[in-house]
Amino acid sequence: MPSRVNPGILREGLGVLWVAVKAEPRVFALSVAASGLYAVMTVASAWVLGRATDEVMLPAFRSGETGAGALAGAAVLIVGVALLKALGVAGRRFYAGLMQYRMQARYRREVTRQYLRLPLAWHHRHPTGQLLSNANADVEAVWAPIAPLPMAVGVVFMLVIAAGALLVADVMVALVGFLVFPAIALLNVIYQRRLSPLAARAQQLRAEVSEVAHESFEGGLVVKTLGREDSETQRFAERARQLRDANVRVGRVRGLFDPLLEALPGLGVLAVLLVGTVRMRSGAMDAGDLVHVAYLFTLLAWPIRALGWVLAEVPRSVVGWHRVRGVLDAGGSLPYGTAEPAGDAAASLQVRAVRFGYGEDGDTPHDILHDVTFGAAAGRTVAIVGPTGSGKSTLTGLLVRLVDPADGSVLLDGVDVRDLRRGGVAATAALVPQQTFLFDDTVRGNVTLGRETPDEQVWEALRLAQADGFVAALPQGLDTRVGERGTTLSGGQRQRLALARALVRRPRLLVLDDATSSVDPQVEARILGGLREAQAGGGATVIVVAYRKATIALADEVVHLDRGRVVDRGTHEELLERSAGYRELVNAYDRAEAERAGAEGTEEALT
Amino acid sequence: MTTLSETAVREGALSTLRRGLRDNPEFLAGLTGTLLLALVATVGRVVIPVAVQLTIDRGVAAPGGPDVAFVQVAVPACALVVLITTVAAYAMNVRLYRSSETGLAALRVRAFRHVHDLSMLTQSSERRGALVSRVTSDVDQISQFMQWGGLMIIVASGQLVVASVLMAIYSWQLALLVWASFLPLAFALRWFQRLISAAYTAVRERVGDLLSAVSESVVGASVIRAYGAEERTAERVDASVEHYRKAQAKAQGLVALTFPTSELVAAIATAAVVVAGTLLGIGGHLTAGELVAFLFLITLFVGPMQVATEVLNEAQNAIAGWRRVLGVLDTEPDVADPGPAGREPPRGPIEVRFEDVEFAYPAEGGGPGPVVLHDVTVGIPPRSRVAVVGETGSGKTTFAKLLTRLMDPTSGRILIDGVPLRQVRFSSLRERIVMVPQDGFLFDATLADNIRYGRPEATDDDLRAAVGELGLADWLAGLPRGLETPVGQRGESLSAGERQLVALARAYVADPDLLVLDEATSSVDPATDVRIQRALEGVTRGRTAITIAHRLSTAEAADDVIVFDEGRIAQRGTHAELVAVPGVYADLYASWAAQRRL
Repeated sequence: MPSRVNPGILREGLGVLWVAVKAEPRVFALSVAASGLYAVMTVASAWVLGRATDEVMLPAFRSGETGAGALAGAAVLIVGVALLKALGVAGRRFYAGLMQYRMQARYRREVTRQYLRLPLAWHHRHPTGQLLSNANADVEAVWAPIAPLPMAVGVVFMLVIAAGALLVADVMVALVGFLVFPAIALLNVIYQRRLSPLAARAQQLRAEVSEVAHESFEGGLVVKTLGREDSETQRFAERARQLRDANVRVGRVRGLFDPLLEALPGLGVLAVLLVGTVRMRSGAMDAGDLVHVAYLFTLLAWPIRALGWVLAEVPRSVVGWHRVRGVLDAGGSLPYGTAEPAGDAAASLQVRAVRFGYGEDGDTPHDILHDVTFGAAAGRTVAIVGPTGSGKSTLTGLLVRLVDPADGSVLLDGVDVRDLRRGGVAATAALVPQQTFLFDDTVRGNVTLGRETPDEQVWEALRLAQADGFVAALPQGLDTRVGERGTTLSGGQRQRLALARALVRRPRLLVLDDATSSVDPQVEARILGGLREAQAGGGATVIVVAYRKATIALADEVVHLDRGRVVDRGTHEELLERSAGYRELVNAYDRAEAERAGAEGTEEALT
Repeated sequence: MTTLSETAVREGALSTLRRGLRDNPEFLAGLTGTLLLALVATVGRVVIPVAVQLTIDRGVAAPGGPDVAFVQVAVPACALVVLITTVAAYAMNVRLYRSSETGLAALRVRAFRHVHDLSMLTQSSERRGALVSRVTSDVDQISQFMQWGGLMIIVASGQLVVASVLMAIYSWQLALLVWASFLPLAFALRWFQRLISAAYTAVRERVGDLLSAVSESVVGASVIRAYGAEERTAERVDASVEHYRKAQAKAQGLVALTFPTSELVAAIATAAVVVAGTLLGIGGHLTAGELVAFLFLITLFVGPMQVATEVLNEAQNAIAGWRRVLGVLDTEPDVADPGPAGREPPRGPIEVRFEDVEFAYPAEGGGPGPVVLHDVTVGIPPRSRVAVVGETGSGKTTFAKLLTRLMDPTSGRILIDGVPLRQVRFSSLRERIVMVPQDGFLFDATLADNIRYGRPEATDDDLRAAVGELGLADWLAGLPRGLETPVGQRGESLSAGERQLVALARAYVADPDLLVLDEATSSVDPATDVRIQRALEGVTRGRTAITIAHRLSTAEAADDVIVFDEGRIAQRGTHAELVAVPGVYADLYASWAAQRRL
């Protein structure tokens, strides 16, 4: 990670800023103009004081009298210059902020658009936390240098005018300035170069401390039940100590450079006083010039540091830019065809020689599914049965085109799903996944997902999913907020909402991935009964991943999956008859019961 | 107490500060020295105006032309003071950073540990993110104040005082004039600050909305794709991005207005000083050098005024942060470890006894809620395998949580090996009793790290042996990287069933005397489930095992079945006994049998 400022990074950083300038030329021009006003008025305010000293104050002290007009003029000039300067400051800050926030908003939108566009295979390759920080912290970092940029541009301008003003006042005094100001600028560059890697490290550790705390608290029950509080505390204390050390290192650098940067202009003023007195003695400058220059030094000390601020943000900005571009430039979106999904009767499904593996991009490719072939005629129900970890969930994802197979194809009504138009699969098939995801939205929103649906239909779907009872009992019924920041629902209730979400769309292909695992057996029986009735109406083709025989009983055909291969297909009875593996799987409980009964029988016979 | 303590929220800021410093003496380490250094650093700040005054009055305006000799002595002397000041400031900064960071690290770790010591009920009553922020951003807020704000308060107030004193020495009339200009500013800034802080509160809220909208597009990616909900999600993200941007722009607008205000006031003060000072000078009350020095002294006023209001704000944030951290530390764990005073019964199969146990979850807003477990009296002999069954909400899980002392009963008591559970040291309790919940949380590490979590010294061979004993060797062999397979955040790279297998192996490797399984294999296929149960039967022979399950195959295999119904033990006996009589168990069994029928 490039955390130091070097010419390469700087060039890249300026390139990033140029992107922003091109995107918001008007706002940038306004902020720079305001900054320019601020620069001119800063130099002017020192000049005004010098003039006031020379032409109003000192004559008055010398002569013991002054005109009201001169005094008023000085006062008006001082306040007037300050007013313009204030205007410049306000404008600069306002427009710089505007530009920064606009760029952030623009890139946040683009990054999330990309998340929604990129295929799920891409999502699988990137950890959730990373994607969230790409859209938030990284976008923030990219455009952070925009805030001090106009100020920095203004400062360059200010230095040029100040140099002129110094030369006009006196060559020798100007020489002092030419020594002091570059020294401040240089010191600041050194400061930021030393600080930014340390600050980045502290920032990184802060995030790590937070991650450890988050994970540890989330796994609180495991920590407690296994009595691992001490080791968790140690793990956290280690990070906390590293953060402390990092912060202290930051403190050392800050603690050194801040006083130095404060002292330098002071020393400059002192040098001006010394040189100035000598020059006055030789008559090269007057007292007003002296005050003017000394005051200028005091005023310039602070703005000069803006150059350092921009530099400080550049490395983080460049890193963020690479990450954000990584998302924006990611190719491999799911290509869509133009085929229109056919009809509104139940869909037929064919899976032909499908192979699929995760981690094709880097890690060892590891195939989850090998040569999977099966089909479901329109209106039929097919159960997919297999042991834990055999690839059932992966297969369901392929059926609704969450991912595309590496080889082989999935066909709906004889059309390859890759040839269907965008949204065509979603209009045809609905998947209820094993892991329920609820949006931070109302019950209605979670069921309809924004489709115009009359409430009666929503209730009907809820009824079919056996969710109407608890939804009716919620404080605001369909309008109750659920999800992360809403009413807490039990696992079984969440699963039933997810089921209703699928049913309300009247899909022509319904894919259930162990979608009732958290539901009570009694309730499940009612759900299955309802589905069977709906099925009788010829509504949908159903693919169901199941362990329970009552669920398998719904199926016209069973696909027995083991280690990613279809080991057998047929009716439940056929498989029972010819496949030992299948028998072992679905009859496990009965066999255990029979064996136990047998054993007990023997025991009883013996006694 | 199931919610965090509110004591700290109600007390005054000063007492929070006093208490916080008393409990964390690290903060005060070497404070006297630091304050002395601060004093030196502050005095140095007025040296420039003094130098200006001396140079003008005694050098430039000396009778008979500029007195170079005097200036040649005075200026280097002042430069020396500046250097000493700089060194003092450096030393002060380093000391302040070191002591505050050390104190904050200690505070962070103490709060973290305390969160884990709180009972499960307290932990789950707080939003997870809120607990995390108490050991992260809340502490950071204190940190920021200590290093920046605290320093500024010392330096800025010192600077104001020293500058004021110097002004009063030069001219009390002008000093009053400067104060009169700046005082209204202080109030105005305070007012602005309130507006700004409200604006930033809005910004933070919008950030929360933004993050949750963005996270939906990432975490819910498969549902969004499966249901073609991209447009809708994009609209929601756009709206939250736009709201955030507007809130930011509004806050920035306020800041842009506020920031130059103090410079404007400084200009007014300067103009007033020029006018009044000139008039005073004509009257002989003031020298030219003193008047010019005043102009420099005014610049010393602007900084402190600007930061003072910000510091006040930060101080408020820091106090609020400190209160939230203290709120954690003030909360007495309601399920407390008896510590060294506790007892450590010898290891070996555990006998459990519940005596008239009643339990009610605390109601919202304090006080007990409805009773969920009624006078439960039951004994579980050592080495027995007990199945606990009942419908959802019948009290099974509550029973398990009481048994593992995740919660304490409202009345009655629980004994293991004749020792009241409350008297058993946690170190002994957690070693001997382990529960596997339905949703076993996995840490973002490898499979091996997760399985050995309860017993870090276990070797890879131990782990493989344990997995083999559980009948899971085939499953492990099928994983691409075996024990080195990374499980991902919360174990999300594995399927739900696989996560349960890992959680089970983890508990098994921990080698407890009493194993409590709460729906621990609900997502596992039947053959694996039976294999695991059989393995556990074999290995639990030497220990006590309590299993809660919907799948009644566990009950059939158990020595003893406890049937819960509406918070009471309705029936107890062997499967054969219970299934023979009409009752809750017979009904449950009928519905289980129906599921297995075709």
